[in-house]
Amino acid sequence: MIIADRKPITEILLMIKDCKKILILGCKGCVTVCNVGGAKEVGILSSILKIARKKEGAPLEVDEKTLERQCDPEYVETIKDTIDSYDAVISMACGVGPQFLSEMYPDRRFFPAVNTTSFGGALRHGVWSERCAGCGTCVIHYFDGMCPVARCSKSLMNGPCGGSSKGKCEISNEIDCIWDKIVRKKMEQGRLEDLLVIKDAKDWQTARDGGPRTSVREDIAL
Amino acid sequence: MSEFKSGSNLEKVLKAGHFAFTGECGPPKGANVEHLKEKIAHLKTMVDSVNVTDNQTAVVRMSSWAASTIMIQEGVEPNFQMVCRDRNRLAMMSDILGAYAMGIRNMLCLSGDHQRFGNHPQSKNVYDIDSIQLIGLVKKMRDEGKFMNGEDIDVPPKLFIGAAANPFADPYEYRVYRLANKIKAGADFIQTQCIYNMEKFRDFMKKAVDMGLHEKCYVLAGVTPMKSVGMAKYMSTSVPGMDVPESLVKRLQGAAKGKVAEEGIKFALEQIEEFKEMEGVAGVHLMAIEWEHKVPELAERAGLLPRPKV
Repeated sequence: MIIADRKPITEILLMIKDCKKILILGCKGCVTVCNVGGAKEVGILSSILKIARKKEGAPLEVDEKTLERQCDPEYVETIKDTIDSYDAVISMACGVGPQFLSEMYPDRRFFPAVNTTSFGGALRHGVWSERCAGCGTCVIHYFDGMCPVARCSKSLMNGPCGGSSKGKCEISNEIDCIWDKIVRKKMEQGRLEDLLVIKDAKDWQTARDGGPRTSVREDIAL
Repeated sequence: MSEFKSGSNLEKVLKAGHFAFTGECGPPKGANVEHLKEKIAHLKTMVDSVNVTDNQTAVVRMSSWAASTIMIQEGVEPNFQMVCRDRNRLAMMSDILGAYAMGIRNMLCLSGDHQRFGNHPQSKNVYDIDSIQLIGLVKKMRDEGKFMNGEDIDVPPKLFIGAAANPFADPYEYRVYRLANKIKAGADFIQTQCIYNMEKFRDFMKKAVDMGLHEKCYVLAGVTPMKSVGMAKYMSTSVPGMDVPESLVKRLQGAAKGKVAEEGIKFALEQIEEFKEMEGVAGVHLMAIEWEHKVPELAERAGLLPRPKV
């Protein structure tokens, strides 16, 4: 799923400083699963903003709503009858949400309430970790189910650098060296020789480096 | 056709079978050419070639190729370092051509320290290709006269290709494989990370020799003399991939007041003596960090002078 963190309240307050009435719009997709932008978090943000603005002597009127998904026009459309009544909409979806909203309602203002960080999963309750960089050409099968593009700080394709130490990345003791894990799995399975095959330079055209990407599925596209 | 790949002094010294001795010089944090020339002067005639670091520890400095050309003007042969952190393949190839055009004949291919360590941690890193792919790229440019995409190069760069090896990083069992891959990719010579754990290095070299790697590539053992107990402790605890045995820290602590640096130099000299005899070791790479003025004394005491003329 897409992982996100909520922006600092001060930053959100600054975005809406001229607004008197806003809509906070959650999303029932990934951001609900990673507890950052679902109905519950919409309620919390709403209360915090109202209290903060009341203290400032500039009360804020806030409506709350959570869509099935903000990355699908079918659901974004459902707010068309009420959107004109707000000075702005704060989207608690990933970075896709405010953009789909802006595209459908070009004369309205939309602000992001979260920082979208990565594609990943939950390690345990409250902890999410990156797993995929969306490079467009998956190479995980070469690396025993682990992705050095996303999980090596240098996206190295040919083994751990000289900074790998005790299973950790040179940049932080908090970050696992994914190459350490790949090598150890190969050793455990008696396939260390796999790593004597040098991987060619990656073709980044399918990644963001090739420009913004669009996927077209001819079989289902209308 | 020349018998040499690049014809650099380092290549000639190694091919003639001499025990090579290389130094290192970090370019200034600015355009202070005079300071750079001072550092270079300490190394002149003392070593066969001098590594010119490329924004080492991810701190911005004068570009390695520019400092290398100044070194050439000063009559010292540079070993131009390039890291994969700051350039994509276009910039790498164009700098390789430029470096060769300016007279550079040795090049060391490195991954580079992550920018988080440096003075611009906000920067975007590149890592378009990794160090092993960079070695392969330089070899392709030199031997096939082709760019990465297969197009012909009009006058290919003839460089003596170097790479680094860190026997002390983890996982240890894999490290000799990485060395093998760097050699397979095209490394002509290897300079190792600073060695302090001699026992581990002996084992690493034995593994390399068993794989026949010493016959395909020249391995230069990395030496950095310890200046103080603090430096030893810092290196053992805070520098990833560095292995400083407790016995060395104790030895330095046991030195008389004001004699710690001398003890560090003594340890380095003992290492060099052992490397001269160690199977598979073709020379020493001395990284006297901000201690360039000590290199002549070290070279003299290590019996490495005069440097061979080839």
